[in-house]
Amino acid sequence: MIWRLLAFLMLLPSLLWAAEEEVVLGLSQDRVAITARFDGSDILIFGAVKRETAIPDTPLNVIITIAGPVSTVTVRRKEQKYGIWVNASSVSVGWAPSFYAVATSAPFDEVLSVDEDLQHNISIERSIRAIIRPGMTENASEFTDALLRIRREEGVYQQLEGAVTVDQQTLFRSSIALPSNLTEGDYLTRIFLTREGKVVSSFETHIAVQKVGLERFLFNLAQNQATLYGLLSLAIAVIAGWGASVVFQLFRQG
Amino acid sequence: MQIYLPIAEISVNAFLLLGLGGIVGLLSGIFGVGGGFLITPLLFFVGIPPAVAVATSANQIVASSVSGLLAHLKRKNVDLRMGWVLLVGGLVGSAIGVAVFNYLKSLGQVDLLVRLCYVVFLGVIGSLMLVESLRAIQRARKAGGVVIRKRNRNWVHTAPLKMRFRTSGLYISVIPPLLVGFSVGMLAAVMGVGGGFIMVPAMIYILGMPTKVVVGTSLFQIIFVAAFTTLLHAITNHTVDLPLALFLLVGGVLGAQVGTRIGVRLKAEQMRVLLALLVISVCAKIALELLLEPSELYSIAAGAGA
Repeated sequence: MIWRLLAFLMLLPSLLWAAEEEVVLGLSQDRVAITARFDGSDILIFGAVKRETAIPDTPLNVIITIAGPVSTVTVRRKEQKYGIWVNASSVSVGWAPSFYAVATSAPFDEVLSVDEDLQHNISIERSIRAIIRPGMTENASEFTDALLRIRREEGVYQQLEGAVTVDQQTLFRSSIALPSNLTEGDYLTRIFLTREGKVVSSFETHIAVQKVGLERFLFNLAQNQATLYGLLSLAIAVIAGWGASVVFQLFRQG
Repeated sequence: MQIYLPIAEISVNAFLLLGLGGIVGLLSGIFGVGGGFLITPLLFFVGIPPAVAVATSANQIVASSVSGLLAHLKRKNVDLRMGWVLLVGGLVGSAIGVAVFNYLKSLGQVDLLVRLCYVVFLGVIGSLMLVESLRAIQRARKAGGVVIRKRNRNWVHTAPLKMRFRTSGLYISVIPPLLVGFSVGMLAAVMGVGGGFIMVPAMIYILGMPTKVVVGTSLFQIIFVAAFTTLLHAITNHTVDLPLALFLLVGGVLGAQVGTRIGVRLKAEQMRVLLALLVISVCAKIALELLLEPSELYSIAAGAGA
């Protein structure tokens, strides 16, 4: 009993210390409006570390992640069969965000230990999860690697090392560029403070990405009034075709 | 000028879309093909999701076909009676084609089958057309510019239920056009296109219609097939992107008007050579995709697949 108490007392400082630093966050915008002229958007994320005690000796690092809405995707691989290339095997990835950015204040390996990453799912590799079915090929990781590679090349998965600036171990800021092919939804934004690879404090908030105005109207119409929307599309097509014919006729006569 | 498309959920250059629409409209006016086989892959290339590309291009085809048809109607180059007969066969065919497509989908590998279908069909039709039309041109040179096409009487002329198609100058049974409409409608539904590039050769070679009339009549039939497809996609999949269609069709209707004027200046044999080359090049492109090792072996699709 005494030993347990002693052990608890020894642990106490570190538990207290964990709660001693807190994130106070600011965002340049907490909602992104997708208008007809939308062409990507830069989000400025800034904040301060609130603490009651003296600044610890070890350096403070900051990690910021933004994750888009999660969906299920299927990754297929082509193989050559009878001389032609066909989709042969596939793996379902049950949890893949449409967008994922990780910004860190130093190289990723220095900022976060592997164990902590496993616990908090911070790195791009940890942001997706494959569905492993019994009897499936054991090389599912090749498929998830391909998914990460393709999405990195498309710029929707970004690892931004050194993109967070930290001043005086207290103020931090970063700018993350959201691409133009943005999906609607709540973008989960997480901020982690780390020391020596360990997460000492974290903070979560959401950035709402929404279509507005005409974009909103058309999207709702297409979803809720599908027949009307289809007929409207056809009417526009027929009128445009007829209109072009009339205009050309006038040109020929004029 | 960038524009965000609400259904495709992507931002693209508006002038690029106008240009794409224009090219396809031009072909549609010249050859009487809808251009679905051309515009859909082009939209993939721009980054539009496949489902949205297929549905929206059907809508754009309606517009450019209406534009082309009106231009042909003014020149009285449309056999409306033949158009209706083909259409009746076509709608029945496409209904059955959709059922066949869904059955194949349940078996898996429908994508591969569609591609093989393309390669075989386009390859055969394109080569036959090219050979025939090149011979016709040679004959025309020898005969000093006058081509007399031999009208061979076959089952098309001898079958019962004869009907007079005045514009085409034909007095044939309605059964062959119904069958042509039916098979093209079915193929089109399976292959996911309007079917103009199969319909045009079929009208020329099987029904023996004059090349001049074929283009307008084909456009007439395509309008209905494409309109039906657009509605189907809009209601079941919600994948028609109106702003995308708008930019494509503005380019498309203008292209179709210009195309019709070019088409009228071409000689019948020249038009057939060009159409044959177009069909063969599409065939070659698909064949190469199947035969060459792709640079990226992996592909990503939405949803949980098998």
